[in-house]
Amino acid sequence: MSEATMTNADIQDTRTEATPVARPVPFRGGGFVYKPVRIAGPLVFLVLLAIWEVGCDMGWISPLILPAPSEAWGAFMDLVHSGLLWKHIGASLQRLVIGWTAGTLLGIVAGLAIGLFSLARSGLQPLVSALFPVPKIALLPLFIIWFGIDEGSKVATILFGTFFPTVISTYSGVDNVDRTLIRMGQSFGLSWLSIVRKIVIPGAMPAILSGFRISVSIAIVLLVAAEMIGAEYGVGAYILMAGSLMATDQLIAGVAILSVLGLIIAWAIGLAEKYFLRWRT
Amino acid sequence: MDLKLDRVSHSYGATHVLDDISLTVKKDEIVCLIGPSGCGKSTLLRFIGGLERPTSGEILQIGEPPAASLNPLTYIFQDFALLPWRTVEGNVSLALEDHKLPRAEHRAIIEDVLRRTNLTDFAKALPRQLSGGMKQRVAIARALSVRPAVMLMDEPLSALDSQTRELLMDDLVDLWTRESFTAVYVTHNLAEAVRLGHRIVVLSRRPGRIREIVEIDMPLAERKDRFLELETKQHHLWDLMREEARAADRELADV
Repeated sequence: MSEATMTNADIQDTRTEATPVARPVPFRGGGFVYKPVRIAGPLVFLVLLAIWEVGCDMGWISPLILPAPSEAWGAFMDLVHSGLLWKHIGASLQRLVIGWTAGTLLGIVAGLAIGLFSLARSGLQPLVSALFPVPKIALLPLFIIWFGIDEGSKVATILFGTFFPTVISTYSGVDNVDRTLIRMGQSFGLSWLSIVRKIVIPGAMPAILSGFRISVSIAIVLLVAAEMIGAEYGVGAYILMAGSLMATDQLIAGVAILSVLGLIIAWAIGLAEKYFLRWRT
Repeated sequence: MDLKLDRVSHSYGATHVLDDISLTVKKDEIVCLIGPSGCGKSTLLRFIGGLERPTSGEILQIGEPPAASLNPLTYIFQDFALLPWRTVEGNVSLALEDHKLPRAEHRAIIEDVLRRTNLTDFAKALPRQLSGGMKQRVAIARALSVRPAVMLMDEPLSALDSQTRELLMDDLVDLWTRESFTAVYVTHNLAEAVRLGHRIVVLSRRPGRIREIVEIDMPLAERKDRFLELETKQHHLWDLMREEARAADRELADV
């Protein structure tokens, strides 16, 4: 006790002797926090386009290697005026919508089965693992024999391509549903179907929706690849034709259409997530 | 309806968890189960509600549950177990939906339990908007809605801070005083046990055995103000538990 008072007194002494200098504590926090800078994204786009355009005008970039953005825009406007744009986009969208919807629905059903039933899991999971890494485009010739060279084979390629990632995201979503919620459902005597409908499926929804993002990009890749074989209309067919004619301006226009298509779909999925997952923070 | 645990023992593989537990829970009494962590008290509660089966022994319901009871054995969980995608009333509704009640009765029950737990103003809120204490009130409302014969409470206040815990203890005492219910209340908090328990069952460390059953006669509603008189009880409980808790704390986990 006495020792403590002694040291306290000592501290008091030193304080009175040297006049204390008051200065703010140096700030060491901050940084490492992401702050959105809204104009940065569009600005990068515009600067790149400007450099590209100027480079073509000044003759730094040969038009044979890369046409100017304005030329690609011209090719795009030709498409609009000839009315072919909607034919190409319409044909592509139809394949995409049918193939993706069917693949996704089947994938969710299979994924739920694997997530919920031990037999389905033991039986189907190895099969899914074996077929998932196969590039579906390699099967296209086979699909052409099975489903015909027209729409059937293209839709089937997209369907198979989207089916497997959806299966995997669905059953891993089911696996990640909080077990205590299921136990809670059982403790209130809920029927099996109620537990699945009201607890398991909504709980797996975040994983299913983020699976959508992946399956949509896969669907677009497969769409273009499938359209490059025996399609009259479609963005992929348009790009293939442009490529074989060395019409690089049309090729760039076609690729830009795909990119915009992808952006629009990603935005739509974002909206769906906002709606279905509005209960999340 | 009373509950009787008859020589309940349990082991997970070679690990003996519970050993020869016999106990009766009478109507309208709150039985607290306390013991060091890992003594199998939560496991015992899962047996009582039929979510798991013991290796030997049985749990018996004596007498019929009241006819109005929709779910005689109803849990309140430590982590609330609310569906994050449903509102407060939606979460309560979940427990009733499978019973196919007439619409008006369904609504009336929800309104009644929300009023009893002071949640009426929060009916449309989502769980993420609520504090921990409010979430547990929702879980209590949900449990009340099915008119349980026995409430099985698994450390219901352990995830809450101490002030919220005080508030909820008051709420539970109020609920019981207005309309007495039967409960098995698992906790490791001695203060909760002496505030809420009519009987306190002290379990030993693994394998859990009943070490002692402490009765407290003081009415629940008076305990808050006569806390000093309960102090000796709480000390006695701690004396019983101290060695067990120390030994349990020093055990190597190899399960």
